[in-house]
Amino acid sequence: MLEKITRFFASSPGIIAAGAVIGLGGIALQEFGNPPNMGICAACFQRDIAGALGLHRAAAVQYLRPEIIGFVLGALAAAFLFGEFRPRGGSAPIVRFVLGAFAMLGALAFLGCSWRVLFRLAGGDLNALTGLAGLTLGIGGGVFFLARGYSLGRARRMPAAGGLVIPLAMAGLLVLLVLRPRVGEGGPVFFSAAGPGSMHAPLLLSLGIGLLVGFLAQRTRFCTMGAVRDVFLMRDTHLLRGVLALLAAAFAANLLFGKVLFGFADQPIAHADHLWNFLGMTLAGLAFALGGGCPGRQLFLSGEGDGDAGVFVLGMVTGAAFAHNFALAGVGDAVVDGVRAAGGLGAPGRIAVVVGLVVCVLIGAGMREK
Amino acid sequence: MAKRVDARGLSCPQPVILAKQALGAEELPMEILVDTATSRENVRRLAERLGFAVRVEERGGDFALVVAKRE
Repeated sequence: MLEKITRFFASSPGIIAAGAVIGLGGIALQEFGNPPNMGICAACFQRDIAGALGLHRAAAVQYLRPEIIGFVLGALAAAFLFGEFRPRGGSAPIVRFVLGAFAMLGALAFLGCSWRVLFRLAGGDLNALTGLAGLTLGIGGGVFFLARGYSLGRARRMPAAGGLVIPLAMAGLLVLLVLRPRVGEGGPVFFSAAGPGSMHAPLLLSLGIGLLVGFLAQRTRFCTMGAVRDVFLMRDTHLLRGVLALLAAAFAANLLFGKVLFGFADQPIAHADHLWNFLGMTLAGLAFALGGGCPGRQLFLSGEGDGDAGVFVLGMVTGAAFAHNFALAGVGDAVVDGVRAAGGLGAPGRIAVVVGLVVCVLIGAGMREK
Repeated sequence: MAKRVDARGLSCPQPVILAKQALGAEELPMEILVDTATSRENVRRLAERLGFAVRVEERGGDFALVVAKRE
């Protein structure tokens, strides 16, 4: 029975079904309260978690997103059920940490990771096409280095305890989310009263869909970066089918709810600063490719015991904290006192993206198997 | 003994890259060692797409993919 299920999930119908379920799940979360075109965003939601913990103090983006907790714990459950929990680590963790941090800076310049690109596109936000182009270029750069011997070296087996660090941390976040303790004046734990951080679906729905996505993604190896990478590397469209299914399902659901609005300007939590949308996602794509997975995939791998993916996740959370403490994140288009204010990426953010691109190229060129 | 490619411990997609390079250059049958179910499936999918026959053996928690010419 388990073998049959494994075969299905490894098949083309399996990944397409998983992608469609993720797309519909994301739109359901939007309908029930998550921010617009942000049904699921692995980068934004980890940024919100960093805020809730007080690692940054951007009051609008602080919430312990249950989707992220569900991603890890759902993948953990799937890995245990199917005998694939493999505690491992030790493959250049410091480099993975840096890649995670810069991946986050790039994603937050654009205002979304490779997951939100899909949900933004499904809502008609054409800036997502610019982001997608940048992402594709960045992944292409990663493939360039991979084909020339880029490697972070071998991971080794760890005792089970080593593989449970991130899942247990996620369980801890769940406890904080339920108990909502206040340490000191106002927090932490911080919960946004206004802004995207205050917009969220009911806890159990978010957690439930997160668990389902984590489970399905662990079984199918769903990866929004791998989808593009495998086409470049091997002309293999297996993972791409899942991503296209996500996009198609989310777009169809948005059409049904009348939520598709095509355009560049004034899209929800987005800006039309094209060059920096493009370069931000180039950085994110390159860092994801060099790190071996999109931000979602890093969470799923953390759930199945991959401590190196866990370090990438910690890098992302740290990157998010820097992004908001140093005003490196993009600012969305907004209407302030009845006047339209175009968003974009400020000078510090532009510098961070350029520095990130240089660092990632150096990592790509410098990390090779002897 | 068959040619052996050890891709254990390497993260995605390196096992597939190593397998692809080896399958284009080395004699068959060949044994490709991987240590995760993901790599097992990815390498199997690659080899089957390239027209080879693949047999998977589980060995002490790792997987050996024996790749041969299709009968």
